[in-house]
Amino acid sequence: MGQTLIMTGTQAAALAARLSRVQVIAAYPITPQSKIPEVLSEYVESGQLKAELVRVESEHSAMTVCISASMVGARVFTATAANGLAYMHEQLHWAAGARLPIVMPVTNRGLGAPWTILNDMQDTIAQRDTGWMQFYCMNNQEVLDQTILGYKIAEQLLIPVMICFDGFRLSHTVMPVETLTEKEVDGFLPPYKTPYKIDPQNPVNMNPVVLTDPIPDPHGELCPSYMGFRHRLQETFENAWPTIQAATREFTQLTGRSYEDCLYRYQADDAEMLFVTMGSLSSEATEAVDALRAGGTRAGVIGLRVFRPFPAATLAQAVSRAKILLVVEKAISYGYEGALNTELKAALFHENGNRPAIFNTIVGLGGKDVKPKDLEQIARESAQEASKGTVQTHPRWFGYGI
Amino acid sequence: MVEIRFHGRGGQGAVTSAELTALAAIEEGKYGQAFPSFGPERRGAPVMAFVRVSDEPIRTREKVYEPNIVVVLDPTLLSIVNVEAGLREGGIVVLNTSKSEDQVRKETGIKARLALVDASHIAMDTMRVPITNTTMLGALLKATGLIKMDSLKAPIENRFGPIAQKNVNACARAFEETKVEG
Repeated sequence: MGQTLIMTGTQAAALAARLSRVQVIAAYPITPQSKIPEVLSEYVESGQLKAELVRVESEHSAMTVCISASMVGARVFTATAANGLAYMHEQLHWAAGARLPIVMPVTNRGLGAPWTILNDMQDTIAQRDTGWMQFYCMNNQEVLDQTILGYKIAEQLLIPVMICFDGFRLSHTVMPVETLTEKEVDGFLPPYKTPYKIDPQNPVNMNPVVLTDPIPDPHGELCPSYMGFRHRLQETFENAWPTIQAATREFTQLTGRSYEDCLYRYQADDAEMLFVTMGSLSSEATEAVDALRAGGTRAGVIGLRVFRPFPAATLAQAVSRAKILLVVEKAISYGYEGALNTELKAALFHENGNRPAIFNTIVGLGGKDVKPKDLEQIARESAQEASKGTVQTHPRWFGYGI
Repeated sequence: MVEIRFHGRGGQGAVTSAELTALAAIEEGKYGQAFPSFGPERRGAPVMAFVRVSDEPIRTREKVYEPNIVVVLDPTLLSIVNVEAGLREGGIVVLNTSKSEDQVRKETGIKARLALVDASHIAMDTMRVPITNTTMLGALLKATGLIKMDSLKAPIENRFGPIAQKNVNACARAFEETKVEG
């Protein structure tokens, strides 16, 4: 077993990269993730980590370095946030389409304009459809654990993964983290090996222009069309859960910390009212739940640890007994509502047709503090609306002042 | 749960003070959390850092709005920041000042219980730098008994390496010299 240390989310992410023995790091600063490459450069300088640290001139280049290094078979790492992630956008699609198991922590931060360096989740939610997996972390323990798990899962599925955690609220807050030893991680995460790589001894052509119909390669073997390649990506996502669960089960045996359930659940079994949240909000919601229960309301929390692949069936099942769902989000799809709200409703439509009262509340944009008391207020006021039979047509924006 | 707010200026080590306090709490088997006032860090500008110490796991990361303890690293902040804001009933303000209690009350209007120490002088005397973070931790310990001096030693040694002993000395001296109001 490792020790219990106290660390920020950025330190936890960097430690996870070291324990995962990443071989190539693309380093580019952007608040609030800059400490991650800073710590990694110290690890490389001191010899604690044998990796090539490539200082790049932009996030677009950072992802390009990751793509190139991953294509020669290296285990690669980079981290970013907000506008940096947006600047990578084109290359994110490429990394997923090329099936490269890149692991990238993102310290969630709001996007300009107007400028903010503070936390919300608009940056990663806006990258939902790039073909990356997305894991969300509730605390810094999850940052360490999910980053290591990320490599284990990504390298089996050949799908890249973003490890999303709230900027400042986790990235800059020190809290206890139980570490793992190098030996433990070595046993859990063997070196990355792939038969699909660029190798001068065995030249291959990877990711060339493909056509709308399958065509034969120089050896006469029929190669997939563009849709064929892309369908394989979707198919892997659809069948990803057994791989994710096997990896998390093995991790639990190693650490005693369970991630097998893609949902974090707190007082959820008998709850008539459930918060449905992601990231550190799930943690604050537990305090609101304690207060609501003390007042006689059976409240609970469902926190999504995995947003892509979307755990539709598990989520629909988890909320099936609640009468009121409070979907509290730090991002919005402008012109409609929060993405999680939309997807939750779709999951209910598909899975069981349940129609609980659903209240979508947008909070915490641009770092606006979200207090357990705020969540309590949202719960009470939503319950009042539910008792009047109100059907929400637009998400509520909470606490923005003017 | 005990909540602490540190006031300092960017570069004076308020965040380090907060982190060391949380680390010491963990040394004692408690739970600790520390974070800065979020935003771009600016050297010299008024900054805050926050600590929570609890016997239970700490689930919230909201700002500390109603601290039990306020620690002020820099006396020049008193004229521009209301350091007493939100302080809980029965709370204490731990001040770096060369002035007497009467003078402090007259000049700042602080009504809460006070603990006073001339940390700038102690820091200059023992470390030759006007950085009062570890010095003020000695005052915090004396004023509140929140954590034991022994629990701070390992965190200070890990953080400061070759200059750790000077920091421990400054901390210990501040512990001796802090005047806590009855």
